[in-house]
Amino acid sequence: MRKFALTAIAAAFAVTAFTGGTAKAAGDAPVPAAQDWSWDGIFGTYDRAQLQRGFQVYKAVCASCHSLRFIAFRNLDGIGFNEDQIKAIAAEYDVEDGPNDDGDMFTRPGKPSDYFPSPFPNEKAAAASNGGAIPPDLSLMNKARVGGPDYVFGLLTGYEEEAPEGFDLADGKHYNHYFPGHQISMAPPLYDEAVEYTDGTPATVEQHARDISAFLNWTAQPELEARKALGIKVILFLIVLTAMLYAVKRKIWRDIEH
Amino acid sequence: MSAPQWNNKVVKWVDDRLPVISMLHHSAYEYPTPKNLSYMWNFGSLAGFVLVTMILSGIFLVMNYTPHTSMAFESVERIMRDVNYGWLIRYIHMNGASMFFIVVFLHMFRGLYYGSYKAPREMLWWIGILILLAMMATAFMGYVLPWGQMSFWGATVITNLFSAFPIIGDPLVTWLWGGFSVDNPTLNRFFSLHYLMPFIILGLVVLHVWALHSVRSNNPTGVEIKTPQDSIPFHPYYTIKDLFGMGVFLIFFCGFVFFAPDYLGHPDNYIPANPLVTPPHIVPEWYFLPFYAILRSIDFTIFGIPAKLLGVLAMFASIVILFVIPWLDTSKVRSSKFRPVYKWFFWLFVVDTFILGYCGAKAPDDYFMGVPGLKVIVMGQLSTLYYFAHFLVVMPLVGKMERPKPLPASISESVLKEGANA
Ligand code: HEC
Ligand code: HEM
Repeated sequence: MRKFALTAIAAAFAVTAFTGGTAKAAGDAPVPAAQDWSWDGIFGTYDRAQLQRGFQVYKAVCASCHSLRFIAFRNLDGIGFNEDQIKAIAAEYDVEDGPNDDGDMFTRPGKPSDYFPSPFPNEKAAAASNGGAIPPDLSLMNKARVGGPDYVFGLLTGYEEEAPEGFDLADGKHYNHYFPGHQISMAPPLYDEAVEYTDGTPATVEQHARDISAFLNWTAQPELEARKALGIKVILFLIVLTAMLYAVKRKIWRDIEH
Repeated sequence: MSAPQWNNKVVKWVDDRLPVISMLHHSAYEYPTPKNLSYMWNFGSLAGFVLVTMILSGIFLVMNYTPHTSMAFESVERIMRDVNYGWLIRYIHMNGASMFFIVVFLHMFRGLYYGSYKAPREMLWWIGILILLAMMATAFMGYVLPWGQMSFWGATVITNLFSAFPIIGDPLVTWLWGGFSVDNPTLNRFFSLHYLMPFIILGLVVLHVWALHSVRSNNPTGVEIKTPQDSIPFHPYYTIKDLFGMGVFLIFFCGFVFFAPDYLGHPDNYIPANPLVTPPHIVPEWYFLPFYAILRSIDFTIFGIPAKLLGVLAMFASIVILFVIPWLDTSKVRSSKFRPVYKWFFWLFVVDTFILGYCGAKAPDDYFMGVPGLKVIVMGQLSTLYYFAHFLVVMPLVGKMERPKPLPASISESVLKEGANA
């Protein structure tokens, strides 16, 4: 019967491993290669400098098409900006507010409590400017695609100038290895020196892609560091508690033939 | 069985007027339990623990959740980002649903292996099946609440199944939706029912435990308690064993909550629901996959009954059939430990449910595990056939034909023998 219990526990792990894996392995596009990320593993954390570089890329490149509607300027303290820097960043944006006492809407400089303004007033406008395709909001992108950051990185670096021989690329579409169906409406957004890094990191397409993918991982999971830090404490506590419960169990059952 | 004498005056005063304390004492303290229960008997108390966890985490989620199509997704993200420890509450609730099913499925496989459904435990088994059905309804409706792409499309696909019924089908679906598509009224009623159902489950659990305590626990030998030596009081022996099991389980649970919170979920549910964009693969949560595979495996008509209706009937039948297994199983012996032939069929059945789960996750035209020529749909059909054959053919026939190993005279005897062998 002990064997049975062990088998059952093994089965529980098998179920979870197996279903988690199979439910996701769908679609015909090639699987983007797994990258090394600073937050990988149980102890991994974000690299603040990288997140800030990624933010720079977002601001300079992606923000002209993609919104980031779940992120407020105040949240940027999570990537290491202080209050004054956040105020300054917010003030660079015009935010619509109102109505005022005359009943009119007006624009004013952003405040830390404002959310990132969207580049387009509505989806129709977004589609009209992008050949009919709507640039999706990026806040949750890393959680909303199989592969997460590996996919976003693969997508941004997976463009091909020419579609392969015999591939029928529609007008206004671009060939991408990792996008499902390979035809994406987003032109390759990154190029070398797209932004200039102040910390001397080489400004290559690959580096930009890596940094923005990291930044988007933070926008999708801002709680990641707090979660893992708490998790380590909780699991250590549980291991000690469980070991003690086991000892007590042994003691209580000592005289029972079972 | 006689009510204990209480020394504490307050306790005695209360107990004389409402004997709850005696009742608790009777059912959680002195309840005579077989002394040879294995760790497979831990999953019942674990299921109760998960139920309480779900209710508590759910109540805190509701404090910040908005059941409206235009705000549900945002409100869940607010929980994740702005509510203190909101991410923790939500991840507990989200992974808790999976844990609930893992624990309950193991609990049920335990029952199947040790023949715990046989007389006199039929009612206990039935109530368990009702709990499973209620859990499925609860989890299905809960999954709709965050109003992501899978929420919306899962709800659309599953509610649409009811349109398979002749004549009443379409009006029934319209009635379920509260409109002509899955929309705000649907979300609202699902929210209401999702809040209600766990308390119905709680009620069923009370009945389940009541039934258990009148027929007593089964045990790995399948031989009933015969003498006082066969049993020990629930407390402290099983309270401590259950607590230890809970510790192990919590480590497993917390591993997901803190280190892989989205592993069991589907990425598409982080895309807000959009009725105009159908996801390429609509896949239910993992715990529904075997049933989904059974549903999809019927792609043919019989006697003019449309495939869709047959599929729905087969899916429901796959659970309803569990109600009658106390009579389909013809063996005189409960525990598979003493059933050399059936034992193998049991494990074959377990493998079959895994295969069904795999088929449910894949597109019907994919190849099964990449084996050329073997379509998922075909494999799904074969394993569906085997699923029913296990109950309808294997159980009655093997029970009749197999020669069971000799049973121990009593629990104590089997314990002593095993001790001597060890
Ligand atoms: C000129 C406008 C534009 C810019 C600039 C732009 N994108 Fe896009 N993006 C789009 C459009 C349009 C789509 C939708 C593509 C489609 O559905 O075919 C898209 C889609 C995406 C997707 C989703 C792909 C999928 O799997 O659905 C990601 C991820 C993405 N963009 C990331 C970025 C990042 C990161 C940047 C900045 C480095 C960026 N984009 C800059 C227009 C843009
Ligand atoms: C039997 C117990 C329960 C099960 C199996 C269950 C299952 C689920 C599931 C699968 C989800 C979707 C998770 C997600 O993707 O976020 C969910 C969400 C939700 N549940 Fe439950 N639930 C149970 C009990 C409760 C109770 C008792 C309440 C309230 C009192 C509740 C309130 C909620 C709310 C508000 C959500 C939406 C918020 C969210 O998506 O995180 N649940 N539930």
